[in-house]
Amino acid sequence: MILLPESSDIERTVDQPVLNVKNLHKAYHGQEVLKGVEFEIRKGQVKAVLGPSGSGKSTMLRLMALLEPADQGEILLNGNIIGTSVRNGKTSHLPERVLAKQRQDIGMVFQKFNLFPHLTACRNVMLGLTSVKGVSHTAAREHAMEMLERVGLANRADHYPSELSGGQQQRVAIARALVLNPAVMLFDEPTSALDPELVGEVLDVMEKLAAEGMTMIVVTHEVRFASRVASEVSLFDGGVIVEQSPPDDFFNRPQHERTRKFLSHVH
Amino acid sequence: MLFDLEIFLQQLVSPEYMWGAFISVAVAVLALVLATAIGFFVALGRTSRKPLLQAPANAYVWFFRAIPALLVLLIMWNALPQLIPFFSQDWFTPFIAAFIGLGLVEAAFMAEIIRSALLSVDDGQALAGRALGMSPTKVMLKVTLPQAIRIALPPTGNEFIGLVKYSSLASVISLRELLTTAQVGVNITFRYAEYYAAAIIYYLIIVSILTVLQGMVEKKFTWTSKVKVKKTRALASATKAGLS
Repeated sequence: MILLPESSDIERTVDQPVLNVKNLHKAYHGQEVLKGVEFEIRKGQVKAVLGPSGSGKSTMLRLMALLEPADQGEILLNGNIIGTSVRNGKTSHLPERVLAKQRQDIGMVFQKFNLFPHLTACRNVMLGLTSVKGVSHTAAREHAMEMLERVGLANRADHYPSELSGGQQQRVAIARALVLNPAVMLFDEPTSALDPELVGEVLDVMEKLAAEGMTMIVVTHEVRFASRVASEVSLFDGGVIVEQSPPDDFFNRPQHERTRKFLSHVH
Repeated sequence: MLFDLEIFLQQLVSPEYMWGAFISVAVAVLALVLATAIGFFVALGRTSRKPLLQAPANAYVWFFRAIPALLVLLIMWNALPQLIPFFSQDWFTPFIAAFIGLGLVEAAFMAEIIRSALLSVDDGQALAGRALGMSPTKVMLKVTLPQAIRIALPPTGNEFIGLVKYSSLASVISLRELLTTAQVGVNITFRYAEYYAAAIIYYLIIVSILTVLQGMVEKKFTWTSKVKVKKTRALASATKAGLS
């Protein structure tokens, strides 16, 4: 069957990944951390990335969030190259001011929360709206309260981070990223810095987000979360994505030796 | 010769002493404002990764930490007008020369205080600000600076008190601040104890007020919603202790 050009075009846009990473390279002090990462995620997908500590998973997320420049490779958000510009065949990094604009569409949640200690929970969530999107104080507060409601912390709105538990802080951090309505949310080991009894409340919020259709990339050690919530699970090791498959296949029928080995350590 | 309480009290409430104290504080305040403004940019230069910004900032700190404040004041008042006609005009008073001179010197020290305060803010803070899409200026103003100010406040209070006392150096350029006022009085009356004691009282009052002000500003930078609760509790226990 021959497809008409138009229909194939439409199909391409519908099927276009929200975030697409091609041949991503990054080295620190001559030590190559990312060795050609290929990764893509479509709207509404939840991708969990597992892998040994220090394998470069966090670096991958930081590059995707445009917080650090890649040495080589492309990052596409909704089909548009971000982070770099190509002129006369030469790739150059965009200035920080332009990168700042592009980052608004990518939400980032950090392992150590990184809430602003000098602002209340509500102010933390508001800051992106007031200082980046130029939303008025009143509208920002209203919107921020909705987000805090979503993560179940409306009653803690006027508390400072130092007065919140780790789990609550991370939920505020999720609300802070969420409020800018990003196209994709990146989670960098969001529960690794938490006491075991606080992990559940954060994973619950994330699971709810996933159910609501948020596009999410989650670097994590929580195997159970990955198997239950993720649409696809990846193993990141040695600077590349080794294996990528639906959770059932990934955990029960891993194709690669390295995945099997990794899973034998985790289980 | 006994300590004459009357002379002491007379001087304590005299307009000369009040004016002298006012001049001392005014020089210190203006010098600190100038030093903080210059120091902030010097600190930015020193924390910058660009050699073109780093080198002049380093040179500034190196130069003004090495030169005695007294020498800077003498240069400001005596040498500058000789070299540059602009400074030999009427507007260039000992007061202006004093606060600019002390401000230039103090800026080198403030730069180091601000630099260490900026460096003490966790890297994750700027990272989170950038991840939200904030421009570098916004990250500095809304995220890093408020946290750095809290760190810089106690040492800045120290510097301020130091400046009040350093303002007495300006006597060499004929500024009649607090200590000069005392010295002039002594030269006429030879009542050393009474005149110096009055000066001591003024310095004590100035520093006490500054300490209270510093405490109030620092309280503004305590980031808990329970400050008020703690305060009432402290008050309540203080009243209880007072009653019993």
